[in-house]
Amino acid sequence: MRPLTSRRVGAVCLGLGMLLFAAVVISLRMGAYPIGISDIVTSLVQGALGRWNDIPTENKLVVFGLRLPRIALGILVGAALATSGAGFQALLRNPLADPYVLGVSSGAALGAIISLIAAPHAPGLIQVAAFAGAIATIAVVYFLGRRGGQLDSATLLLGGIITASFLSAVIMFLMTRLSGRDLRGMAFWLMGDLQAPSTVNTKWLYIVLLIAVGSIYSTASDLNLILTGEQEARHLGVNVERVKFVVYVAASVLTGLAVSVSGAIGYVGLLVPHLMRMLFGSDYRILIPTSAIGGAILIVVADTLARTVVAPTELPVGAMTALAGAPVFIYLMRRRVR
Amino acid sequence: MSASSPTPTSSLAPTKPLAAGANVPRVKVEQASYAYAATDRSAPKFTLGPASFEARQRELVAILGPNASGKSTLLRLLAGLEKPLSGRIEIDGTEIGKLDLRTRAQRIALVQQESELLFPLRVWEYVLQGRYPHGRRLRFESDEDCLLAGNALAQVGADALRDRWMDRLSGGEKQRVILARALAQQPSLLLLDEPTQHLDIGGKVELLRRLRKLADENRYTVIVVTHELDLAADFSDRVVLLQRGKCLRVGTAAEVYEPELLSDVFEAPIEVEMRAGGKPRVILRGNS
Repeated sequence: MRPLTSRRVGAVCLGLGMLLFAAVVISLRMGAYPIGISDIVTSLVQGALGRWNDIPTENKLVVFGLRLPRIALGILVGAALATSGAGFQALLRNPLADPYVLGVSSGAALGAIISLIAAPHAPGLIQVAAFAGAIATIAVVYFLGRRGGQLDSATLLLGGIITASFLSAVIMFLMTRLSGRDLRGMAFWLMGDLQAPSTVNTKWLYIVLLIAVGSIYSTASDLNLILTGEQEARHLGVNVERVKFVVYVAASVLTGLAVSVSGAIGYVGLLVPHLMRMLFGSDYRILIPTSAIGGAILIVVADTLARTVVAPTELPVGAMTALAGAPVFIYLMRRRVR
Repeated sequence: MSASSPTPTSSLAPTKPLAAGANVPRVKVEQASYAYAATDRSAPKFTLGPASFEARQRELVAILGPNASGKSTLLRLLAGLEKPLSGRIEIDGTEIGKLDLRTRAQRIALVQQESELLFPLRVWEYVLQGRYPHGRRLRFESDEDCLLAGNALAQVGADALRDRWMDRLSGGEKQRVILARALAQQPSLLLLDEPTQHLDIGGKVELLRRLRKLADENRYTVIVVTHELDLAADFSDRVVLLQRGKCLRVGTAAEVYEPELLSDVFEAPIEVEMRAGGKPRVILRGNS
């Protein structure tokens, strides 16, 4: 008997954090302008210490002006999607659940496309409209998913899937109204794209991320029991309705947050929680933090590949997550089966 | 099966001291009734009660009756999962509905037949879940929790299973592990819903013998829903007989097992034979 300890959670997260740091440094190095690893690390350390004047101008521009904002956005999106996926898998009691299963991403896409049609050149409006679309969908699906005054997993799943397919139909209809650059932009957005718009204030997004991930983490012990059956969790003293409400709202907000700044990047929310489960076990007290860090690593690596593999052309990062993620997942799954 | 553990069994006894002495009933059901309805406005599809009985510590009570007689409903009321429509159900002098969720789970453990696991879990991880009501939010399990979970496994003779995966266990093994998780809760009231259903005759006798021992050694009150009339007569202190939602009779098996009554309730020709020691035995007429 070797139960999970806080020390083990800390050690695993520290290890993954170091991996994330390595991925960030490598990602900062890759690109058209050559810059050495030691220069990057020095710049990062000096930036962290606030000694901005000691950093050469070109390094400052490349590291802090161009590459780091995009990486910061990638970390945010990866952590949000993977945590949300882990949350939805427990909430819906379905291993195939991902952040998009309840239609939040379709709602965000609808918001985005409406803003593109109504005010095509308003800066930052597309993100705001997408987030509003996501929040509206969260509310609608919540009311569809209630049965007997409580959130019911099966009803919620059905309500979400129907909402998603309805919204997708509306999106397809509205896409016919777009043309040229807007259409290409929308296609990239639907696939998932990390071109950080300058209007997005990452600091606030990180605060929302921390609150939402923290909320889900606070229910980790309860989720462990809910995974063995809602009825049993109730016998053991879990306030199942409260936990489901917290996880539903927090996971949906995380999805809305990620989708509104980067579009619907696929696979991360499904793949990363399963990957972490295979590596560290299915206890949510370790699964939530490792999924958050693992999701960040996956997006940083995938985005680095997306912008360097066929440079100077950029691929949508969503295509990369699927390409890179699926084989790793299949390998781990086969190894586990054996 | 492994040998029984040398660890003290008392550690799995209830943690909460009884509010009153041992002579006060631990569980008191007073005129409790319940009704199921398809919707809030429709007429009830099924009604139970009113039922009244008591159970003290170290007592084993069997709830008997044919299918759809309300046995499981009564058990759900006792577990606090449903609130009675009228009447009261008390544990140690407190109404069950007034206990908060965690306190209720510290006092009452309910063993149902199957666990529907979504992701693979080891036996010891499953049994440790029984410690949940005793921990704070997000608390990681202490050495004491592990000791108690180990003791619980030993008490049900499932020591050797601790590192096995839950989904690889046989029906009987899984049954013992589910019981071990309930013991790890250190309850004062242990409720079991048809625990003998998937067991062979040897397994049934072994389980009832174990429950009897747990009631005696751990000072539990054990309430079992079962179809096994003979085993209930052998191992219980009292039986509660239900028919179509009505509580017909409460008493010792010798008092309740009347041939006419049982034949009527179970709609089968039943004879009752008294054995040495005052335990009745049920015989199906026409088959002997």
